[in-house]
Amino acid sequence: MKVLTANRLSDGIAVWYADGGWSEAVGHADIAHDKVAEDRLEAIGATAAANNQVVDVNLIDVTVVDGVVEPVRLREKIRAAGPTIRTDIGKQANPEAARAA
Amino acid sequence: MYRYDEFDHDFVEARVAEFSDQVQRRLAGEITEDQFRPLRLMNGVYLQLHAYMLRIAVPYGTLNSRQLRMLGHIARKYDKGYGHFTTRQNIQFNWPALSDIPAILADLASVEMHAIQTSGNCIRNVTADHFAGAAADEVADPRPYAEILRQWSSVHPEFSFLPRKFKIAVTGAERDRAAIQTHDIGLHLKKNAAGELGFAVYVGGGQGRTPMVAKKIRDFLPEADLLSYCTAILRVYNLYGRRDNKYKARIKILVHETGVEEITRQIEAEWQELKDAELKLPEADIQAINAYFAPPALADRPEGDVAVKQARLDSKSFSEWLDQNVVTHRHPDYAAVTISLKGIGEVPGDATDSQMEAVADIAEKYAFDELRVSHEQNLILPHVARADLKAVYDALVEIGLATANSNLISDIISCPGLDYCALATARSIPVAQEISRRFASLERQREIGELKLKISGCINACGHHHVGHIGILGVEKKGSELYQVTLGGSADENTSVGEIIGRGFSSEEITDAIEQIVETYLGLRLNPDERFIDAYRRVGPAPFKEALYAGETKAA
Repeated sequence: MKVLTANRLSDGIAVWYADGGWSEAVGHADIAHDKVAEDRLEAIGATAAANNQVVDVNLIDVTVVDGVVEPVRLREKIRAAGPTIRTDIGKQANPEAARAA
Repeated sequence: MYRYDEFDHDFVEARVAEFSDQVQRRLAGEITEDQFRPLRLMNGVYLQLHAYMLRIAVPYGTLNSRQLRMLGHIARKYDKGYGHFTTRQNIQFNWPALSDIPAILADLASVEMHAIQTSGNCIRNVTADHFAGAAADEVADPRPYAEILRQWSSVHPEFSFLPRKFKIAVTGAERDRAAIQTHDIGLHLKKNAAGELGFAVYVGGGQGRTPMVAKKIRDFLPEADLLSYCTAILRVYNLYGRRDNKYKARIKILVHETGVEEITRQIEAEWQELKDAELKLPEADIQAINAYFAPPALADRPEGDVAVKQARLDSKSFSEWLDQNVVTHRHPDYAAVTISLKGIGEVPGDATDSQMEAVADIAEKYAFDELRVSHEQNLILPHVARADLKAVYDALVEIGLATANSNLISDIISCPGLDYCALATARSIPVAQEISRRFASLERQREIGELKLKISGCINACGHHHVGHIGILGVEKKGSELYQVTLGGSADENTSVGEIIGRGFSSEEITDAIEQIVETYLGLRLNPDERFIDAYRRVGPAPFKEALYAGETKAA
């Protein structure tokens, strides 16, 4: 299972592709369950990069826990939440994003 | 300190205008990321895990109050209320929007600061002893030479696209506080028998995945030859340094593969062509730069002795801070103060916007407006009258920056690690915090004595783990963080690279392992004056291996 992630060009904030747009939360990102879906996400990412919406586009491994998408690697978990040593900042500090996640 | 002349002002302003235009064109989609990336890196803008990161140059770690106040302002207005002081004596902001970078750079330019050459394969910020100009053991202030090197290396047309980045450090004392032997070029400012100033020149030091201690290639280079000799070194490197493999592209690899004797011959041959030409530094120019670094007029303040003696009696905590964070100054009525950015359990090197502003106020009031950033990620007040030490201490207590742990086990160097950095393979800050909390007792820390603990979250070694008395390297193994321990590293005049002690430790195990190492040291040291590093050099790794792994060996 993979989802598409990138950083927004204008402010560098980590984003995930969901529902036809880029979300600041990973929780409801579009999941690719097979190679065809991965190729589709990759094509979307390449277009978004070419359109200068996002930079550093990547497909990352995820699992789904209670219906919510969670990244597998620690690096991506930290990108999705914020610095583990400053839980008062980053996405984890934003209740709206936390709910969405 | 150095003041921009007309040329500097015009240069920095032109660069701000140029890069602002490039940012606007990028945001408008007129240039691609591939085109923009090298441009943003040349201006200190990285993309990290959560956002962009802006690295701002603090030349040879020297700041004035106005500049530190501006950094506080930037932290508050454009970032999340804090900044991170780095092992290159710079400061990084972790959350700036790309669209705000032009405004930030304009603010920086207004206080004679910029972010030029804080990234890229060029000559980076030249670093220096953080006690420069104040240290009692100094032959001469190394900063004028660092400034000369800064001017020479800024957008140097020949050296802007080197095989890899290039770092120079300068010290003016026998006791090396600038870690010069871990740099591409290390310069030790000294006097010869005739009393003339010059440099011992070291080349090819570095950390990263292939740590090397620099080799001394010249015992005395006259000061007038500084630029011609550095040019000769850079030319040889630029010509022969490897460009086929970025992991083998630093000058340390070239020195290692070529051999010290041969590379010295090549450098000296190149220098013969250059030494008597336009790069020879005129005495008048050296004097002109020196004048910028003229020490403040330090009036005699003999009342300091009595004031300090009385304050010691009144306050145990002041007395401990004095013992740990205050060092001798060349003027007997003054002292140099280390402001620890390593509060127990805090993030090493981080300071909030209001702390930066308060420290700027203290420097303005009590320290002749001078501040330094140390490569150990602390701030320094280089000139404080002993009579004012108690007032400075009280002001630091108010802002939570009076931790008396300079050079102790909780004075940890740590890179940002996987909490921020896109290159990191493991977290380093939480490890630093847990060790700091474990050894929170100042009494216990003082009992242990000088101990340099340094943590990196990947093999690039920004946290200097190779040269920590105890070094910790975080790696990713099978999806988990694993921490490798090295012992016996040192970054002073007796630089050494630490040795890996054995298998790594999980994040749950690492603090216990460090405590075990420290307890082993306490058990075997000859006396309390034998520092950890001295004891390790005497006994070697065996007792530490035994303490850490003996059970495992027997079980196996």
